[in-house]
Amino acid sequence: METETAIDSEYPNSNGHDQAAAQVELGRLPALIESLLFAAGAPVGISRLVEALDGPERREVAAALKALTESYDRDGRGLRLVQVAGGYQLRTPHEHAPWVRRLLRERPPRLSRPMLETLAIVAYRQPCTRVEIEAVRGVEADAVLSTLLDRRLVRIVGRKDAPGRPLLYGTTREFLEVFGLPDLSALPTLRELGEAEILGSPELVVDAAGVRPPAVNGEGTEPDGTGAEPPGDTG
Amino acid sequence: MTVPCTVRLPIFEGPLDLLLHLIKRNEVQVSDIPIATITDQYLATLEELPELNLDGAGEYLVMAATLVYIKSRMLLPVPEEEDEPEDDPRHELMQQLLEYQRYRDVAVGLGERAVLDRDVFARDPERLGPPRPGEPAEPAVRDASLGDLLDALRGVLRRLRPPPVHEVPREEISIGQAVERVLARFADAEAVEFAALFAPEATRAEVIATFLALLELIRLRVLRAQQAERFGAIMLTLAVATVAEAAGRVHDLGRWSGEEGQHGDGDRDR
Repeated sequence: METETAIDSEYPNSNGHDQAAAQVELGRLPALIESLLFAAGAPVGISRLVEALDGPERREVAAALKALTESYDRDGRGLRLVQVAGGYQLRTPHEHAPWVRRLLRERPPRLSRPMLETLAIVAYRQPCTRVEIEAVRGVEADAVLSTLLDRRLVRIVGRKDAPGRPLLYGTTREFLEVFGLPDLSALPTLRELGEAEILGSPELVVDAAGVRPPAVNGEGTEPDGTGAEPPGDTG
Repeated sequence: MTVPCTVRLPIFEGPLDLLLHLIKRNEVQVSDIPIATITDQYLATLEELPELNLDGAGEYLVMAATLVYIKSRMLLPVPEEEDEPEDDPRHELMQQLLEYQRYRDVAVGLGERAVLDRDVFARDPERLGPPRPGEPAEPAVRDASLGDLLDALRGVLRRLRPPPVHEVPREEISIGQAVERVLARFADAEAVEFAALFAPEATRAEVIATFLALLELIRLRVLRAQQAERFGAIMLTLAVATVAEAAGRVHDLGRWSGEEGQHGDGDRDR
């Protein structure tokens, strides 16, 4: 509310919307981006913002996003600007959950331990088969995979070129959205977890280096430079 | 034997989970499991488990057998100079436990994140509508994969009405009929959205038959399925000039002319 008032007072004659779209003053950029993100609802990639703004350079948009993010954090507002699933999205802060939940009267989505464990395995090993998941967890994965498919947290990404042509599973864009991950590389590498214990077993270290999360899921999102590492140079 | 005591058992997600629980309770390392102690406790726990359902029991029993086997191998004398970790009978189990433990830790981490619609909330995303027939296809459009089609099928099945409680006469629909129905939709439309092929009141059998017909038509290159984005609307277009040509191509194969599967039940009536 306050922001909108502020814009109005700063730009009293904002009737010519169409002309206004032609040129964007940089000072207005954070508020404009705020409007775009509010209207979109879903995470919006920076390229899509640059395209819609039609004028400001990518780095200017990035700077405005940063300024907006900081102002939300600093002023203790009822929203936060978060990077998720290759884009930017306005979300309510964690601390406000009880009130929002009471308003919406919706039961929070259930995430059982089998679901979370299966998701973890799929996230790191994708594309992977049901049998591979079962080998890690030591229990059947049929029912839990079906639940995860229904919830769109995993999807079938293809078939493995192996006897029986088993289905291959991978995580979805919604997986990133639900867990508030900018991309898959935001997951900790498995090596970081439980490093101390693995030290005793040389084979596992080699293994762990091979199962870091894949770079990006390629869900039509753009690389935002977050966590994207250039390939090691062969100097 | 001893004084029976009530133990509130944590719910275990499987044999590995139970093993990790025992290892933690005994304050020992995964890399150096006191196999005799753990095996005894594991077997004791199995007996205590109030209702080990039959499905899950097999997995627990296989692990019990593995533990007993390892325990027996540990009793064999080991030649002194061979000290490779692979020679430790516990090696394989240890690796399995470490691996499971790492994913379990990730799972805990995921569960503690600010989960959308539980801890944090966003506006419902505005969905861009599917492109209208005749509209130039957007450059981002790619061929829909089998996975995309299956995703879309899930969406349709989810929307199906719950099955009615009263008995309804079963309506058989062959894939051949479904093919005809699907093709008929293209008589007056250039493109049909995937979901639009399925009437809201369609039965599960009808949906499946229609889906199979669709796969067949795509395989025969009579139809094309395209999608602008993951989980976006899948648009179907004719890959041949006219519906008549499509019907002709399907007919040439003549695969669905016989109504097989409909007569099989007759013999049982005697």
